[in-house]
Amino acid sequence: MAYSSILDWIQFKDVMSNPFYPFESYNLPFDLSYKIWELLGGLIAWLINLIFPGNGVSVWLMSDEISNVFALVVFMIIIFLVVFVVTLLSLWMERKVLGRVMDRRGTMIGLKGFMQCLADGFKTFLKENTIPRKVDKKTYLWTAALIIGTSALIACMIPLSDRWFVVNYGTGLLIIMALFALAPFFILVSGWAQNNKYSLIGGMRAAELMISYEVPMLIMIASTCLLAGSFNINDIVNMQGDTIWFFIPQIIGFITFIFCATAEAERVPFDIAEAEAELVEGWQTEYAGMKWGLIMLADYLRGYVSCAMVVIMYLGGWLIPFVSGGVNGWFPEIVFLLKVWSVFFIMIILRGALARVRTDQIVNIGWKVFMPLSVANLAVVLLLKLGGVF
Amino acid sequence: MMSRDVIDIKAETSELHTDKMWVIMGPQHPFSHGLWTLKARLDGEIVVDAEPIIGYLHRGWEKECENRTYPKIIPMADRLCYAASMTYTHLYCMTVEKALGIDIPEKAKYIRIMADEICRIQSHLMWLAAVGTDLGNLTVFLWAMREREFFMDLNVRMCGARMTTNFPRIGGVRNDIDDEFAMFASRCVERFEKAIWDIIAMIDDSSVFVSRMKGTGILSREQCANLGITGPAMRGTGVDFDVRRDDPYDNYDKMDFEVPVLKEGDSYARYMVRIEELFQSCKIIKQCLQKVKAIGRNAPYRLKVPSKVPAGRAFVRMEDPRGESMMYLISDGTDKPYRLKVRSPIFVNVSAAKPLVLGSRIADVPAVMAMIDMCLGETDR
Repeated sequence: MAYSSILDWIQFKDVMSNPFYPFESYNLPFDLSYKIWELLGGLIAWLINLIFPGNGVSVWLMSDEISNVFALVVFMIIIFLVVFVVTLLSLWMERKVLGRVMDRRGTMIGLKGFMQCLADGFKTFLKENTIPRKVDKKTYLWTAALIIGTSALIACMIPLSDRWFVVNYGTGLLIIMALFALAPFFILVSGWAQNNKYSLIGGMRAAELMISYEVPMLIMIASTCLLAGSFNINDIVNMQGDTIWFFIPQIIGFITFIFCATAEAERVPFDIAEAEAELVEGWQTEYAGMKWGLIMLADYLRGYVSCAMVVIMYLGGWLIPFVSGGVNGWFPEIVFLLKVWSVFFIMIILRGALARVRTDQIVNIGWKVFMPLSVANLAVVLLLKLGGVF
Repeated sequence: MMSRDVIDIKAETSELHTDKMWVIMGPQHPFSHGLWTLKARLDGEIVVDAEPIIGYLHRGWEKECENRTYPKIIPMADRLCYAASMTYTHLYCMTVEKALGIDIPEKAKYIRIMADEICRIQSHLMWLAAVGTDLGNLTVFLWAMREREFFMDLNVRMCGARMTTNFPRIGGVRNDIDDEFAMFASRCVERFEKAIWDIIAMIDDSSVFVSRMKGTGILSREQCANLGITGPAMRGTGVDFDVRRDDPYDNYDKMDFEVPVLKEGDSYARYMVRIEELFQSCKIIKQCLQKVKAIGRNAPYRLKVPSKVPAGRAFVRMEDPRGESMMYLISDGTDKPYRLKVRSPIFVNVSAAKPLVLGSRIADVPAVMAMIDMCLGETDR
C-alpha cells in the first residue's frame, strides 16, 4: 500500500469479528478501547506508511492479533481510570456528606470540593519518600505494595454491568472474597515489620478484626450463592431480576452484611486497626508521603468493593425494578454506581453517628451477634430453597 | 440488634500472658490533650502498669508572679486555663480581696458568678468535644464546638475577648453588663438548653457510646478520697461535695441550684455529672441576670483598691469546672506578692491515672482519661 489515505488505516472494524476477541460476550470497555486503538494505531500506521511506503510495520500494527494486544492495554487503562474516578467521587462524597452531618461545609476547593481530592493526591506524591531506618525494609515496602495492589485488583474486578467486566468467571464472588481477605494478613506482617509498638498493636488488631467478621460474612455469601444457585456474579444478578431482589428474602443477611462490609473496609465503627485516639494511626503510622496516600486510596477502593458486594448480592446489581431486562436503553453501569454510592452513603452516616467499638467488643459482636444472625439467614434461605420458592 | 448484654462486657483479663511492653503515649500523641505523657505497660492489650508524666508546659508561673504588681497578675491568671479563664482570674481577685479585707459590690459578685458559669459551660463543652474524638467520633466534637461558639460570643459581648478575657478586677469587674447583654445571654442560654439535647441524644441513645463508657475506669469513694480527687470526677463516685454550695464564695449561697451526684464511679457517671452541671450552670446564669437587673443600672460594680496589700496571708478556694482550685497568697506589705501558690485540680486528679487505667484495655485509655478533663496550663503552671 503506497501513499494511501488515512481512511485506509482507520476502518473501525467490528470488535466481535476479530478472531482473537478475548471475551465470550460483548464487552463495552473492550469495544471502546479497540476503537481507540484503531484510531491511534491507524494514525501511527498511516504516518509510518507516509515515511516508509509499503513497509510491513504498518500492516503488522493493524493486524488482528496486534490490535487485540494494544486494545487490551488501553482496556486496562480504561478500567482502572473508571475505578479511580469512582473512588475519588466516593472520597469527595464522604467529605461533603460527613461535613454536612457535622454541620460544616466539607471541602470547598474547585468543582464543589472535588478538586481537593486531586490536590491531596498530588500533595502526597510530592512529599519526600521517607523510610524509617530500623524498619524491615523489604517487608515494609512489599506489604504496602501488596495491600494497595490487591485492593486495586479487586476493585477492577468488580463488574459494573453484564457488558462492563474484566473476567466473567464462574466463581466470581469467591475470588473477590479471597482477595479481599488477604489484606489483613499483609497488615499484620506490615505492623510487625515497622518496628513500632503502635503499628504492632494495629496489626494484631487487624487480625482480631478479621477473625470476628470473616466467618459470618462467608456464611452470608454462601446463602446468597445458594439462593442464586451460582457463584457467578452475572447469574446472581440475573436471578434477582427473574425473581426478586435478594434483600427481601434475606433481610437479616442484608443488614448484617452491611455491618460486616463496614468492618471489611475498616471504617468507623470498626476501624480499630487504625484507631487514631490511642494508636496514632495504627498500622499506617510509619508510612509517609506517597505510600500513605496510596494506602488511603486502597482504603477507599476497599470501601467501594464492600459497597459493590452489597449491591451485587442484595440490591439487584445493575437492574432497575419493573423494567424487564433493565439493560437496554438504560445505562446499567450508572445504575450500578448509583446503588453503590447509596450504600456508601449509609456507611458515611454510620461513620458520622457512631463511636469506635473496643477490640473485645468487636469479637463479641462478631461471634455473638453476626454469627447467629448469619446462620439464621442461612436457615431462612434453606427453607425458601427447600420450599421451592426460589 | 446489638443488645446491651453482648457488648457491655467489661474488658476481660486473660490467663495468657505476652511479653510486657511500655507504650509511651504523649506528649505528641493524639490522645493527650495538651502536653503530657502517659506511660502504659501493656500485657497484650491490657494495661498492667501506668505512669503519668507532666511538666512539659512548666513556665514558672508562680515565680513570675513574684515580680509583678497585683493588677498585672490578672491577665496572667487568664493563661492558667484557656478553656475557663475567668475562673482563675476570679479566684486570684478573691484571694487578693481577702488579703486586703474588702467586700466588693453586690453587682460585681453576680457578674462574676455569671462569668464563671459561662466559662464552666465552655469548659464542659470543650471536654465533651474531646470525649467525642477520644471515642472516635468527630461529629460530637464539632457539634460541641459549635455550641461553645455561642458562649464565646457571649464573652465578647460581656468583655470584648473570646478566651483570655481579663475581666475580673481586684475589687470588682472591669465593666458593667448592659441590657443588650442580658437579652443575648438569656436567649443564648435558652437556645443552648434545647440544642444540647442533640448531642446528649446522640451519645446516650447509642449503645456503642454508652458501652464504651459504662463500667470503664471505675473509681471508688475511698480511692477518690485517698487520691484527693475533686470536681465532677469526685461527684461521679458518690461524694456529695461542691464548694459552691458547701463553702460558698461571692453570692453562690443566694443561688438556687443542685449539685449532681452519682454513685457508680465509672466514666459514664462522670459524663452524666458534667452534662447535668451544664444545665445547672444555665439555671445560675438566668438567676444572675435577674438579680443584676433587680440591682439596677447605676449600682457600683468596682471598688478602688490600694495598690499595696498589707502583710499577711490569704487562702481562698473555689469550684473550678475541673475540680477544686485554691490560691494561697503571702504578702509582705509591698505592691508585689511575696508568694502566690496555686493548687490546680488537675495536678492532683492526674494522679488517679494509674488506678483508673489499670486492668482496662489500651482502647479504653483515651476514653477514661478524657473523663479527667486534662488541662495542662494549670497543671504545669
